[in-house]
Amino acid sequence: MLEIRIHGRGGQGNVVAAYLLAAAAFEVNRYGQAFPNFGAERRGAPVTAFVRIKDSPIKRRNQVQTPDFLIIQDEALLHVPGVLDGLKPGGGILVNARQPISGISNDFTVATLPATGLAQKILGRPVPNTALLAAFLTLTDILPLDALNQALGRRFQGKILDNNLALIAEAATQVPQAAWADLQTEVA
Amino acid sequence: MLEALEGSQALARAVALCRPQVISAYPITPQTHIVENISKLVADGKLDCEFVSVESEFSAASVALGAAMAGSRAYTASASQGILLMAEVLYNIAGSRVPLVLTCANRAVSSPLSIWNDQQDSMSVRDAGWIQLYCADNQEAVDTTIQAYRIAERCELPVMVCVDGFTLTHTLEGIDVPEPEQVDGFLPAYQFSRTLTPTNPISMGTLVSPDFYPEARHSHHQALLNAATEIIAADEDWGEVCGRRYGGLLKTMGDPEAKTVILSMGSVLGTLQASLQEYPQQESIKLVQLRCFRPFPRQAIQQACAGAERVIVLERALSPGSGGIVGNEVLAALSEVETRPQLFNCAAGLGGRDIPLDIVPRLLDAASQATPGHFQILDVQLDKLPQEDR
Amino acid sequence: MQETTIPATNLRQKQPRFQGMTAGHRACLGCGEALGARLVTEAAGPDVMIANATGCLEIFTTSWPESAWRVPWMHSLFENTGAIAAGMEAALKAQKKSTKVLAFGGDGGTFDIGFQALSGMLERGHNVLYVCFDNEAYMNTGIQRSSSTPHAAMTTTSPPGKERMGKRHLKKDMVSIVAAHHIPYAATSSVAWPSDIRKKVRRAMAIDGPTFLQIHVPCPLGWGFDGAKTIEVGRLAVQTGLFPIIEIERGGLTGVLPIRNPRPVEDYLKEQGRFRHLFKKNDLRAQQELAHIQAIADHNIEVYELKGHGSSAFDDEGMTLVQRGGLRRA
Repeated sequence: MLEIRIHGRGGQGNVVAAYLLAAAAFEVNRYGQAFPNFGAERRGAPVTAFVRIKDSPIKRRNQVQTPDFLIIQDEALLHVPGVLDGLKPGGGILVNARQPISGISNDFTVATLPATGLAQKILGRPVPNTALLAAFLTLTDILPLDALNQALGRRFQGKILDNNLALIAEAATQVPQAAWADLQTEVA
Repeated sequence: MLEALEGSQALARAVALCRPQVISAYPITPQTHIVENISKLVADGKLDCEFVSVESEFSAASVALGAAMAGSRAYTASASQGILLMAEVLYNIAGSRVPLVLTCANRAVSSPLSIWNDQQDSMSVRDAGWIQLYCADNQEAVDTTIQAYRIAERCELPVMVCVDGFTLTHTLEGIDVPEPEQVDGFLPAYQFSRTLTPTNPISMGTLVSPDFYPEARHSHHQALLNAATEIIAADEDWGEVCGRRYGGLLKTMGDPEAKTVILSMGSVLGTLQASLQEYPQQESIKLVQLRCFRPFPRQAIQQACAGAERVIVLERALSPGSGGIVGNEVLAALSEVETRPQLFNCAAGLGGRDIPLDIVPRLLDAASQATPGHFQILDVQLDKLPQEDR
Repeated sequence: MQETTIPATNLRQKQPRFQGMTAGHRACLGCGEALGARLVTEAAGPDVMIANATGCLEIFTTSWPESAWRVPWMHSLFENTGAIAAGMEAALKAQKKSTKVLAFGGDGGTFDIGFQALSGMLERGHNVLYVCFDNEAYMNTGIQRSSSTPHAAMTTTSPPGKERMGKRHLKKDMVSIVAAHHIPYAATSSVAWPSDIRKKVRRAMAIDGPTFLQIHVPCPLGWGFDGAKTIEVGRLAVQTGLFPIIEIERGGLTGVLPIRNPRPVEDYLKEQGRFRHLFKKNDLRAQQELAHIQAIADHNIEVYELKGHGSSAFDDEGMTLVQRGGLRRA
């Protein structure tokens, strides 16, 4: 079972990202579970969501305390206490950032994607979530990108869908294919 | 086919499959997504019903009551403060023996204010005379909602389907949403023997003098006890249709011969199961998911705990000044058996505190240290409290 | 004059009216509310469904297994009558039935505790005729003040004494508040004018939308007068200007019952025990309160332009004549 924690800010589509990732698992006959660590937060406040992906039904409902991966939708959140808590040694961190990031423990593998810029360019809105998911799936190869596209197609339609599909295709080219494929066997 | 759905979305679909004619609701976290999803189904023409957006939960329950009396299948949903604001109407609905289904997206009750999950809300209205069913996951919530309408209408009693707020309502997971034909075959069109109609005018809700009041209460009590049969039958019959069964009144898992039983209600059962796998214990353990809290299945609990030396009741609410609520009732039920197991009672996960994966070893640990019968809040961190409050 | 010998049973058979609320209930003698409810249900006919708030009306018409109602009727709680009626209406709409929903509440259930549910029902536009039987206090619990109790009236929770002259606050202007929801029709009436009640009920029944009728129903016990004088007391309330009979459509005043010769408020007040303290001799406070109440009446007469000019078949006295068959008008 893979456990992923997504950190973002209210308004960045954190929960939708978690839902899409878990939903994508069902597209390839695997099981997913996603839920937010909801607060009474408003736009801009740090928010967290959890995703589990497994080959059999998922029973547990506790919060993800020791994730295999982190997806950070806002670079500044790296400096918020607790964001890296529990990440398994060797675990991967995908950060929405314009520049490569240094200064994070060597225990972890870090990748970056300028997701906000990409989203702004293709969607016309600074919503980084789908671009990050595309990069995440490309890096880890845990689910085919097409599963994400299909999950997206069940939730959105029309121009929003088309633009997001374009964004996913573009984001996938920005990170090395399957660079983290070995990482997951290590951590899992 | 499994669809990836948020719990609330799945519940809305389940409600729509039951073809309610009147839905009334007032927004409250974490129930809101359910009624939002229903509103969308109505707006998209996928559900033909009168959706009444009322000005309070008090009116939400009242509109549903008026609608059911006037001959329509009705639905409402709420949580926490909303359930408490409804309380007077909930008693009235049940006392009038009106079939209704309400989803309670379980949430803590203020004060202190908490929007997160525990079961203090539904527990607080346990004496209102409703059937109360607690769901372990969203698939069960979907299936139980469908079963609830048949139970309600056959027993002429309202049914509260309790679904843990956030933990279930806001969790996306795989759901097999039944086909409309399956539900239509299982659930006949709404019929209520005391429907108000000008062609056969009756008076409902009249004053009842002491000459008749105890009889009214007795028949209500008896109706709830009798409902157990219908609850089991609904689970069986719906199981025939969809292939999923939930054990009727309660479900047991694990070693049937186990000397230790852990009994709980709601979504914590999944974590308990995972915990048992993740932390194998030397002693064998049986899990009991108490699905039906009202009527309280005394005999089923006695059977489920037969042979056990120790019963641990884990609950998500408490009666301050007394202790566990479910625990006290289980204790009373077990006091009737010959070899009475020791009972350890605790609450955990109050106000949304995460129940961690090592819950089983924690429970066993706490139980081995506690004096039987003693109630405690398992995950309380006393060092956060001033000395005099510990 | 020749004595008539028509048996009573024949008379009843010949009476064409449908009675939704029948005789045999347990109201006090002279109960204005019982009369009001009878008149409303007569005019509304059999194709109705009633949601009834807790209160005298609910209590004296029922006690299981008896009931005075010949129409489908339901009592749920005190404060949810508007919502129960809304639910009934939604159900009937879903079933495509034309049965009209009536909601009955007293002033406590309407002005006070059921106010929110009523407001919600009006705002959402349910096709319900809400009738408030206004007897100006909580009579069912034994005469406590409500927000409908008029200024200076004595109740058990607004007793006069050394420091008090009865209720210290004004009667809530309920019909204006209701009308502010811009519903199709809101009106007041009084049991002293049965034909006015009938007319207004019929009017409201014909409207597909929320309508409101506030009927002044004197309470012999609660107000302290002889049960034989219910109509007389009710008539004086109107003729003094203290209870204006008005009609408001979509928020605008469209009709009033004119008063031919306004009576001084003392004529009305002195009939009732609840105002007895206002007639204490040589009491300056009593005189001030009387003047105050007269000012309220004068104000009503002015703002609603209640003072009719000349004689009219449709002013307060004319209506009485019409009702007695004394005048005919095409």
